[in-house]
Amino acid sequence: MSTIEASPTPTLVGARTARARRPSTLTAYRWELRKLRSQKRTYLGLVLAVALPVIFVIFQNVHQRHDHGADNIFAPQITQSGLATPVLMLLFLSVFMLPLIAALVAGDIVAAEDGNGTLKTILTRSVNRGQVFAAKALAAMTYAVIAVFLSAAVATAGGVASWGFNQIVTFSDTVVSAPKALLLVFAANACYLIPLLTVTCIGVLLSTATRNSAASVVGTVGFVILLYIVAQIPGLEGIRPYLVTEQFENWHGLLRTPTDWAPILHSLWVCALYAGPALFAAYLVFLRRDVAGG
Amino acid sequence: MSTRATEDTARGDEAAPVRARGLVKRYDEVLAVDHIDLNVRAGDVYGFLGPNGAGKTTTLRMALGLIMPTEGTVELFGRDPIRQGARALEGVAGFVEAPRFYPYLTGRKNLELLAALDGDGARERIDEVLAVVELAPRAKHKVGGYSHGMRQRLGIAAALLRRPRLLILDEPATGLDPAGMRDMRELIRRLAGEGITVLLSSHQLPEVQELCDRVAIVDHGRVVYEGALADLRRQGGAGYRLRTTDDARAVEIARGQPGVEHAVGGEHGVSFQAQERDVGPLSLALAQGGVGILALTPELATLEDLFFRLTENGGAGANGEGGTNGGAGTKAGEGTKAGEGTKAGEGTKAGEGTKAAIGTNAGMDPDGGVGPNGGAGAPREPAGTETRP
Repeated sequence: MSTIEASPTPTLVGARTARARRPSTLTAYRWELRKLRSQKRTYLGLVLAVALPVIFVIFQNVHQRHDHGADNIFAPQITQSGLATPVLMLLFLSVFMLPLIAALVAGDIVAAEDGNGTLKTILTRSVNRGQVFAAKALAAMTYAVIAVFLSAAVATAGGVASWGFNQIVTFSDTVVSAPKALLLVFAANACYLIPLLTVTCIGVLLSTATRNSAASVVGTVGFVILLYIVAQIPGLEGIRPYLVTEQFENWHGLLRTPTDWAPILHSLWVCALYAGPALFAAYLVFLRRDVAGG
Repeated sequence: MSTRATEDTARGDEAAPVRARGLVKRYDEVLAVDHIDLNVRAGDVYGFLGPNGAGKTTTLRMALGLIMPTEGTVELFGRDPIRQGARALEGVAGFVEAPRFYPYLTGRKNLELLAALDGDGARERIDEVLAVVELAPRAKHKVGGYSHGMRQRLGIAAALLRRPRLLILDEPATGLDPAGMRDMRELIRRLAGEGITVLLSSHQLPEVQELCDRVAIVDHGRVVYEGALADLRRQGGAGYRLRTTDDARAVEIARGQPGVEHAVGGEHGVSFQAQERDVGPLSLALAQGGVGILALTPELATLEDLFFRLTENGGAGANGEGGTNGGAGTKAGEGTKAGEGTKAGEGTKAGEGTKAAIGTNAGMDPDGGVGPNGGAGAPREPAGTETRP
């Protein structure tokens, strides 16, 4: 800045007569995604979502025995159809790994900015707090969606490349053609998003309320573990259908003939009971909070 | 343009850039800001001063809508940032504490992000503002690698993107080297010259003295002076510096002389305060006492002198309340526990040279009265605080 006097003299002061046009929530959302794309930690979860199916496929190729037990109808089908792989991966990852991946970003998305002080930077621009919150919540959800479908895509590609694009047998022992099975695989992942996005909302709430990334991520995962523990407590069987973790299997209904919509519809309203208040509480906290971090 | 927008624009044009009334911020038992009133007028370069932990940053945060006041209101061009959110920040830019950016994005990307969140063609001004702060050559580098000074300059650039009519800057020169500080001063002067109202919080008292026409001084969460800097300096009373053949004896004589106050000896001779009519008798007394006068020079109180007078000893009663409240908001002092206050002690130390001359200056404020603790109370509406038509 040593030659300020020599620099041209642009007009720095506004001469506005009308109210300035404010940016949309979509603009804020796009920049939230841009920020996620630029952070290394974003890729940690995505690498997990990709690596686990890859490792699974490699292991199954190397390891020639496939006696996975009779409790899962898809396990014996691994070498018969590549489309069994994404179903099995969803079974395995849905319990803990995908909620963890979703929590990595959801728990971080508000708290990290609070800690770095960048929240005050963006809140002194022309977007309202509500817009910033909506953009952040949507970005966290987008990340969860990408992680789920990325994992499914990699598992499908790996499975089909290894064992072919063949028909599969569903939970109800009916044979489904390969194209229909492919559709069902992705529909199952879409159904799984219902409880996973609920976990994401919990993560956003913790991120907003605690202002601490690590605590929010751990808290979100801890919430999932807590529900698993609650589900195991004798005498509490009555509340099991209303736990978010129980909804992680809602997609099983799609892989039955005829399609059983009941668990999907049940998960919809159960998850809404968790996600709605969590998101609303997070929104209120975000609107009212003092931003003094950084 | 809608009727409402027209009304807003009209109101925004005539309303004061910053108007705070009875601002209070309490954190549990800690009273960080205690009924602060501020009046920043269009075109002001307004200095906002106070020791660390005095409540300056908290006040600025409330002004920008970042934190909610416990009581009171603040309006920017007539709009309340708490109730009206981003709309109240139209035409307002700046930063509180150090400007913060995304370290994993380049300087330009950071500005693009902020321009996107500003709308209104801010993106087209990125090159322009980068040139103003001379960061164009480093714009493609990640902010994580920027020095403190570069981040400060990027903060200014980010503020200028909004074409502000009011610029709020919290310690903009902190961490800058002397050349950087000089350039920052030049930039602020230039922006003020373009008609931007500047609210400048700073510890650099010479900088404030040089740049600002009006100031507010806060201590323990309360405004102890608000008004024209020139008025404050006038109220500070006339000071004199004396070099003699025997400074110690000169101090002794001066202290016994009617009308002479705060006579202290130091490295650079003897300083004292007195009305002009009392200086003649003093020089005669010195001669009679066998002390030769080598030099006698009048000195107008510096902002630094006045700052320490108002903020040390808990001595200043806010707004003409007679100094009895010099310790008001003592809980605010506890706020310094949170980490802000350790440097306040440093400020006190720095002012030790003037300490002897503070607090008991009965002549300092003819309107404000003098409190029992001897602190000079500034008037509630000192000469400089009347509202401009």
